[in-house]
Amino acid sequence: MSARRFWVFIEQEGGKVHQVSWELLGVAGRLASEVQEEAEAAGDTVHVEGILLGHQVENIAREAIKYGAERVYLIDEPELEHYRNCPYYKSIVGVVRKYGPEVMLIGATTLGRDLAGAVATSLRTGLTADCTGLEMGEVKGSQQRLLLATRPAFGGNIMATILCRQHRPQMSSVRPRVFPLPPYNPHAGGEIVREEVPLDEKDTEACILEFIHDKAESVGIEYADVIVSGGRGLGTPDGFKLIEELAHELGGVVGASRPCVDAGWIGYAHQVGQSGRTVRPKLYIAAGISGALQHKVGMQNSDFIIAINSDPHAPIFDVADVGIVGDLFEVIPAMIKEIKARKEALA
Amino acid sequence: MFHALVAIKQVPDTTNIRIDPETGNLVREGVPAIMNPYDAHALAAAVEWKRKLGGKVSIVSMGPASFIVTIREAVELGADRGILISDRKFAGADTLATSYVLATVIQTIHEQDPIDVVFFGKQAIDGDTAQVGPGVAVRLDLPIITYAVKIRTIDLARRRLVAERKTEKWTEVVEAPLPALITCEKEIAEVPFAPLPDLIRSLRYEPEIWTMDGPAVFDAEYVGVRGSPTIVFKMGTPPLPEAGEKINSREVGVEAAIATAFAKADAAGILKPILGGVQ
Repeated sequence: MSARRFWVFIEQEGGKVHQVSWELLGVAGRLASEVQEEAEAAGDTVHVEGILLGHQVENIAREAIKYGAERVYLIDEPELEHYRNCPYYKSIVGVVRKYGPEVMLIGATTLGRDLAGAVATSLRTGLTADCTGLEMGEVKGSQQRLLLATRPAFGGNIMATILCRQHRPQMSSVRPRVFPLPPYNPHAGGEIVREEVPLDEKDTEACILEFIHDKAESVGIEYADVIVSGGRGLGTPDGFKLIEELAHELGGVVGASRPCVDAGWIGYAHQVGQSGRTVRPKLYIAAGISGALQHKVGMQNSDFIIAINSDPHAPIFDVADVGIVGDLFEVIPAMIKEIKARKEALA
Repeated sequence: MFHALVAIKQVPDTTNIRIDPETGNLVREGVPAIMNPYDAHALAAAVEWKRKLGGKVSIVSMGPASFIVTIREAVELGADRGILISDRKFAGADTLATSYVLATVIQTIHEQDPIDVVFFGKQAIDGDTAQVGPGVAVRLDLPIITYAVKIRTIDLARRRLVAERKTEKWTEVVEAPLPALITCEKEIAEVPFAPLPDLIRSLRYEPEIWTMDGPAVFDAEYVGVRGSPTIVFKMGTPPLPEAGEKINSREVGVEAAIATAFAKADAAGILKPILGGVQ
């Protein structure tokens, strides 16, 4: 009899949790359920657990329990108040070695990507980056189900399913918004286990001298409810004025396809797609975007997609709930007018 | 004297990759190979600091003989020494096995000629994993600064480097002891036009070819397919979602097209809560 543990790294900065952590607890719960039957038959137990690092963050551990963790391993130390690669990865590796999780999921945020590669290398195990699909599947030659991690490769042009046969944990990083938030249960019970991992002085040698807050760069596109995105069909950088106006009317933010960002029409923080951000808004409007695969993988999980393109064969229409074939410079102004009228009617 | 080492990858220009719709295979013919753009910026930063401090820039790349063109391009951009790590035994490596080979080579170079800063691009545009840089740092036990946008100082006397790195929330100013490893965003430095002497030198430049047999010493257990914990289980084209309704505004008129689109969004319960929430 053994314990099969499905772990999620709970990412926080300055006491604020990155929502991807909760999304991944939902995924871990599903993965655990996929091996439940097999585990019972073998007399094994299955556990969904979080690992959390920081300083004075026990309240976050309690939140993790409400999102589905039955146990949270907490390393709470002053040296871990701000994320730094070395003390973080060494602490995590210490706890992983102690409990031997089968699967470990980390958000593919800037912090998570910095961390995941270091943890995996230190443990000499496999890590699949930016997964968009995860399941525990049967694989020939393996008695237990293995983590099948699917990710876009070559700029989103192909999907590759990767597995890690022998080394543990099987690690994956997952982008924010690829998976939905799991249900929140305020009455859920769970356990917080405090861990200590001794660090050398050398581990904390790299230090943060200062934080520069840069408001202009933060578009908040990942968690926006409404995104209006523009593509090459805008013709010039000025085209984004129209996109901005529509986004403003809808209380949304401006997105963009890669060619516009590469051409310098708009900042990278706006880029939607495999090489930019993955988004999952309630409403996504794509204007003048042809719909390269790398763009589609970043937005196809939106609740409702409206595409506007003058080319009736544009691939963006394949993922749209509704497509308007036409000139965006006619369609968007008319759309703005209609939205204004509707808002007045509602007021 | 400053010694920078830059790890460079040759990648297919992913914007040009297509899938053969009949066979489902990757069409590689006619796809140009380029220096990974982030690596080009990392190299530019290394060369900039070489010019400021005096010293040299070495580069390493891992791949088949066709990668020599990328090494020549690096020489054109100011690299002094180019090493191509090339051996069939290294083929099929995942990020863990790749970081092993690169770390072993970098360690060997460091023993010949101590390195101050190891530069990587933040990620390669074909795999987008961003895993190899951190992996090499862990193996060499170097402090790492990922997503660097600016190097403020490299102080060879005090053995310190100060750089700015961009996270989702803010920009951090980080100080690390040398030697250190940084992975670079494009903002780290502009890729310059090559000066004529570098251009001429690059045309005839023959990189050193390092193999499994040396000069670095490898453990066969950790390289190539054998050293790779992950395998590709299957590959395919992304699943096609169900396409929705398409309305031609030239046929029905712009207003009618919008009315139909919005009616669908209303039916899905999307539009009203959004408009109700905006004033």
